[in-house]
Amino acid sequence: MASPTTAKEGRQLSPFVSKSAAFTSSVLRTLGSILITMIGLLFITFLIGRVMPIDPVIAVLGERASKSAYDAMFIEMGLDKPLLVQFFYYLWDVAHGDFGISRLTARPVIDDVMRVFPATLELATLGTFIGVFIGVPLGVLAAVKRGTIIDQIIRVIALVGYSMPIFWLGLVGLLVFYGLLDWVGGPGRLGIFYVDLVPTVTGLILVDSALDGQWDVFRDAISHIVLPASLLGYYSLAYISRMTRSLMLEQLSAEYITTARVKGLSEWTVIWRHAFGNIKVPLITVIALSYAGLLEGSVLTEIIFSWPGIGSYITTALLSADMAAVLGGTVVVGLVFVCLNIFSDLLYKVFDPRAK
Amino acid sequence: MPNDSNNLIDVEDLWVKFPTRTGMFDAVRGVSFSLGKERLGIVGESGSGKSMTGRALLRLIRKPGIVTAKRMSLHGEDLMAKSERQMRKVRGQQISMVMQDPKFSLNPVMTIGEQIMEAYSLHAKGSKKAAKEKALEMLRAVSIRDPERVFRAYPHEMSGGMGQRVMIAMMLAPDPEILIADEPTSALDVSVQGQVLSIMDKLVEERGMGLILISHDLNLVSSFCDRVLIMYAGRIVETCRADQLQQAQHPYTRGLLNSLPRLDQPKRRLDVLQREASWRDASSVVDAS
Amino acid sequence: MNSLESSSESQPQSLREWLLSEAPTSRRQARMGSFYQGWLALKSNNLTMIGLGILLFLLFVALFAPVLAPADPFAQNLSNRLQPPGSEGHLLGTDSLGRDILSRLIYGSRITLYIVTLVALIAPVLGLFVGTVAGYLGGWVDSILMRITDIFLAFPRLVLALAFVAALGAGIENAVIAISLTAWPPYARIARAETLTIRRADYISAVQLQGAGPLRIISKHIWPLCISSLIVRVALDMAGIILAAAGLGFLGLGAQPPSPEWGAMISEGRKFLLDFWWVATIPGLAIFMVSLGFNLLGDGLRDVLDPKDSGDA
Repeated sequence: MASPTTAKEGRQLSPFVSKSAAFTSSVLRTLGSILITMIGLLFITFLIGRVMPIDPVIAVLGERASKSAYDAMFIEMGLDKPLLVQFFYYLWDVAHGDFGISRLTARPVIDDVMRVFPATLELATLGTFIGVFIGVPLGVLAAVKRGTIIDQIIRVIALVGYSMPIFWLGLVGLLVFYGLLDWVGGPGRLGIFYVDLVPTVTGLILVDSALDGQWDVFRDAISHIVLPASLLGYYSLAYISRMTRSLMLEQLSAEYITTARVKGLSEWTVIWRHAFGNIKVPLITVIALSYAGLLEGSVLTEIIFSWPGIGSYITTALLSADMAAVLGGTVVVGLVFVCLNIFSDLLYKVFDPRAK
Repeated sequence: MPNDSNNLIDVEDLWVKFPTRTGMFDAVRGVSFSLGKERLGIVGESGSGKSMTGRALLRLIRKPGIVTAKRMSLHGEDLMAKSERQMRKVRGQQISMVMQDPKFSLNPVMTIGEQIMEAYSLHAKGSKKAAKEKALEMLRAVSIRDPERVFRAYPHEMSGGMGQRVMIAMMLAPDPEILIADEPTSALDVSVQGQVLSIMDKLVEERGMGLILISHDLNLVSSFCDRVLIMYAGRIVETCRADQLQQAQHPYTRGLLNSLPRLDQPKRRLDVLQREASWRDASSVVDAS
Repeated sequence: MNSLESSSESQPQSLREWLLSEAPTSRRQARMGSFYQGWLALKSNNLTMIGLGILLFLLFVALFAPVLAPADPFAQNLSNRLQPPGSEGHLLGTDSLGRDILSRLIYGSRITLYIVTLVALIAPVLGLFVGTVAGYLGGWVDSILMRITDIFLAFPRLVLALAFVAALGAGIENAVIAISLTAWPPYARIARAETLTIRRADYISAVQLQGAGPLRIISKHIWPLCISSLIVRVALDMAGIILAAAGLGFLGLGAQPPSPEWGAMISEGRKFLLDFWWVATIPGLAIFMVSLGFNLLGDGLRDVLDPKDSGDA
């Protein structure tokens, strides 16, 4: 058998003739897995919807409905059918984007959710940015200076970050930076003078106002988002710095780091090109999970800052017993969560040379 | 102790200590030796301090380890006095080290070519093209038949023997004078060990390098090296020429020799090494080369 | 056998020597010895001791609340509302209905402890059960149970808890159930991982050959070994549980007024935040301290029980 002289020939001669075939089948399996998880998710929300003490028929018709109207609606809503069949109707609806009508806004839940989601997205994205650009270097620093006072300080900062009730920190932040110091804008995404001045393109005010060239709106939006985003950013950096530190420590005690030093490389190169280079891929997973965590954290933060995102939407719906809206919102957040998890898994498979 | 200007390395009274919760642990205790353009073997069991000695030479031992020596010089220049920055020039370019297991000692997410180029470019000026040429040349020098493919490959795609050959190629790329080989064949299959050793042999010979071979394998060291140092519990207990190993005096060395099975002197039972406390407490034998 | 007298030395050993003995003469001695060594390791970490101290303080306050509280936490006094901290008879001030904040804080510790204890009992036990059964029986039972676990894990915890409380109605018990339902999956995962490792051990085969059924094997041989990982995880999780409970309380979904639950107190004080900051700020400090305590303790426990995960010296 001739020795392969190019990588391509080598691949063709290898026993696993088509590595790409194995890759495709693993992608398909992952997609199948996502589907099952999502259906399971929907099943749970569906069950929650059926457990509620509120009679769904009365929720629609009101308490004074006559018996015949009640019976008619009962059948029309499919409540006479077995639970599993109801679930399939539910799945069918969801697949078509129909999450029902919100009792509060009298609009389709899906429309409401799409309207409020960008606000949360803006917050979570900015928060994650802060978390990554501050958290990662801090984590690397803590790992490199392990055991020193710098390491202790960074770990305490992180520790405080995830021991803090985020809604409380938000209140304190508002109190100090808005109430006392007046450095930032107050609750809400924009001051009243600036609302509705910018055409909605993406729903992300920062992007839309920049696109439209309205820089005063942009500045106002920044002053309003900086506090809640910093809050979420702090939360995020607590987690990210801890994970980065732990990943770096694992790498720094590896043999190949000694090899790099033996070559005569500067410590900076050893840390960033070699050690950090090896954690880039798991770090992606960490960041994706952190982003998901921020989506969750934004629920309470949005209430404090009167931020009209999906967290506010769900909690307002909750307090008004608007089950369709609560479930719709929960499902959407859950789906995004699942997608983020799967996305990070996929990135792992694509970028880690050992997985190829 | 001869201070031969022909010597590449002179070490006098090297100590390596580690503070632990239960007191100070001395890994290397007063070791002295010198190395010329020859092959020196350091033999010992696990915990004898042989690896630490090798690493101490490259000043690789970091806090909280404490390294002291009356003298540790390369070509007469004191290595202990050098700053970290100066040591980085020494590492790779003048003294290099090959480690035990290429599975762990090669960076898993960089291609082999990148790693070799990095070792070379650090100490040589030149274009990337020149570095690539050098890398391929080194791969050929270690008898890798398809250097282009290996250049593009990742470490986990290599077998143990190939990985170790890559390691040798990488460490010899900047053309050092001295190579420290720390258990270079211990992680390899017996069938491959000979191959890797012969490559190392050829290259060290061709380039006129000094070699320090650290191993627990007495047979290997005696056949490969010119001189042997035997270490136990951080001290050198005996030094001799490799061809005179069978006439070694120290009971520890004799014990090691006797515990090896031999085809020409079959025994019903192999001797078990009995250790004496006195071996630990005696001072290091000074290497008279 | 009295181990204290059975030592070979002529003098009786001190308790410490007995515990640290290298050759324990009874199982009890060996077990207590390893506990003691674990305790010594824990004690050496100052931060962990601070965490433990905080939690013991919480326990103390909760137990002796009626003795420690200067006033009745429910007693309203509208003429005395919104007094700042340091006022006459009210060390931490009063809230919007004139109730003493310090007393409410002290009684609130009981609620916090109640929630934490219940969740700490329900979630890990449920997770342990699901995880060990899945790990031991394998096959389709494993696949289904793990799929269910994954689905619950796929939900953001707070959002799912919100949905549950929406369905079940507000109230402290429902909040506990909701939080437990979102908290059990990680324990199932841990328990399953441990079970898979243990399952192949020879001594399990030995017990099987002696005729032990799955239930006996799981309960007597597998559960005890999972305990240490679970304990670490519980301690680390508790901080998050407290924050979740406080969050639910803040939304009005936990203990109902006039109950002095800390999260609800923050919510009540929110309206007056800018001018009467103490009503909302002080309960939050309490939540923070307790959460911090659990985190510190959990970190320390992990360093002692699962050292390879800690990445620390």
